[in-house]
Amino acid sequence: MTLLIDKLFANATRFVAVAILLLVAWIFTVLFQHSTEAIAAFGFDFILQDKWAPNLEKFGGFAAIAGSVISTFLAMLFAVPVAIGVAIFLSEIAPAKLKSPVGVSIELLAAIPSVIYGMWGLFYFVPIIRDIFGGLGIGMLTAGIILAIMILPFMAAVTRDAMNTTPDILKESAYALGATKWDVIKDVVIPYAKAGIIGSLILALGRAVGETMAVTFVMGNVHKISLDITAPATSIPVTLANEFTEADTDLYFSSLFELALILMVMSFVIIALAKFYFLRRTRKVK
Amino acid sequence: MTAIEKRLLVNKIVLGLSSLSALIGIGFLFWILYVLVANGIDAINWNIFIFEGAPPGYEESGLRQALIGQLILVGVATAVGVPLGILAGTYLSEYGQKSKLAEIIRDISDIMMSAPSIVIGSFVYAIIVLPMGHFSGWAGVVALAIIMIPIILRTTDDMLQLVPSTLREAAFALGAPKYKVIMQVVYRGAKAGVLTGVLLGIARVGGETAPLLFTSFNDNFLNYDLSEPMASLTVTMFNYATSPYEDWQKMGWAAAFILSMFILGLNILGRLILLKKKGR
Repeated sequence: MTLLIDKLFANATRFVAVAILLLVAWIFTVLFQHSTEAIAAFGFDFILQDKWAPNLEKFGGFAAIAGSVISTFLAMLFAVPVAIGVAIFLSEIAPAKLKSPVGVSIELLAAIPSVIYGMWGLFYFVPIIRDIFGGLGIGMLTAGIILAIMILPFMAAVTRDAMNTTPDILKESAYALGATKWDVIKDVVIPYAKAGIIGSLILALGRAVGETMAVTFVMGNVHKISLDITAPATSIPVTLANEFTEADTDLYFSSLFELALILMVMSFVIIALAKFYFLRRTRKVK
Repeated sequence: MTAIEKRLLVNKIVLGLSSLSALIGIGFLFWILYVLVANGIDAINWNIFIFEGAPPGYEESGLRQALIGQLILVGVATAVGVPLGILAGTYLSEYGQKSKLAEIIRDISDIMMSAPSIVIGSFVYAIIVLPMGHFSGWAGVVALAIIMIPIILRTTDDMLQLVPSTLREAAFALGAPKYKVIMQVVYRGAKAGVLTGVLLGIARVGGETAPLLFTSFNDNFLNYDLSEPMASLTVTMFNYATSPYEDWQKMGWAAAFILSMFILGLNILGRLILLKKKGR
């Protein structure tokens, strides 16, 4: 009897664990199946065409894909230097008394739901951008800044953890040679933690690409590529959030599913790259 | 300027800049918190808890349907996701260990943890909403559970591994079968850590909006039936905040305040449990 229960329990755990693998495969299969109609209708053009006209049954994902790439790029541009600065502050500069409260508040603020960042962005940040750059205040630039603020705490916390793995003895030997704090950071800490830092940046990149609600508030959902980053634009998640419940034809649906599939593949590749290539080494430390 | 003076100057500049970026980061984030509290306190009153959603302009308008809907959605998703996550985590730590299969499952669930939640929403839309023909609370529950499982799985795996193997060996030496060792020794030893993982998992899905937009959708009336569309705080907040009506926007802020206090509270609670455990 005990032996039977023992076997049952072992198999139950294995079953659930394997089911998670199957679930991921299932997600890809379902997204692909529902995209087939759009893939058949537009082929590779879907990725290159920016005309998105539901009334004409013409769908091209280029504006959304480009919007995702550009807003993510802007977010990284703003967030990376600040995040690395915060991480340096937390791991090397802050006095012991400040380290823990500042570190914890950074981590807590990473937990605030993105819909709230979106609301704050719409009501408090959009007017500022409007005053400075004119126009609506809604668009790629605003989205990039809000995204940057959202990924900042996450990036800073993981980078700090990577920097904290630097053995003290390495730093002490550098100080003993007369290095300044900056020398130590630049020549000891950053090189030592490099893989972890890059990994955390890529991981944050993956988050920014898939981030939906915060951006939905401030992007505008206009399927048009514009060189002006203060003009309304769209991205893959924004398109999905705004149009999924409105889609009325099969082809429209299928095109949205193809966008979802593209987004899933993008984020899967980005996160896998961060995990397998850069974070392997620091993984056990956490 | 001598070389040393220059190095000291550069040192000062860089340290100043990174302290400044810490200030910038914290400044932005506290700005958001301040906005939440200032608007939230202002918008909260008893009506919110007593009444259901009403058209703009009505005095007797509240968030009762969204508060209860949120609790039901997150509660049921927790009831589904936690046991599955813990079972899978148990497999990784106690049976699979360093095997190839276990490593693959670990990697895939790490990736799943950061997968865009809106994609999970569209997947659930395809497998549940389309066949059923309408939005439903169940679809929302499934989407939230899928997001939660990898989080619970990974923390369970990590926390069970922290239980010293000597404890397991001692129990085995007494002749206990493996499942009893796991249930009565390993789980007990890892209780605090697993609980923290569960709390963080709840906090994470509690703030999710995107996957609910086209699964549980929304409802302006109180509804306990999971096979019907169901309101949630997050989706209601999204709808109210993007509406042009001032009183709806105000209720959006009330919802934002309640939700963020709930989520921050869960996070702090989780940390305290871990801290207390470490202290012992």
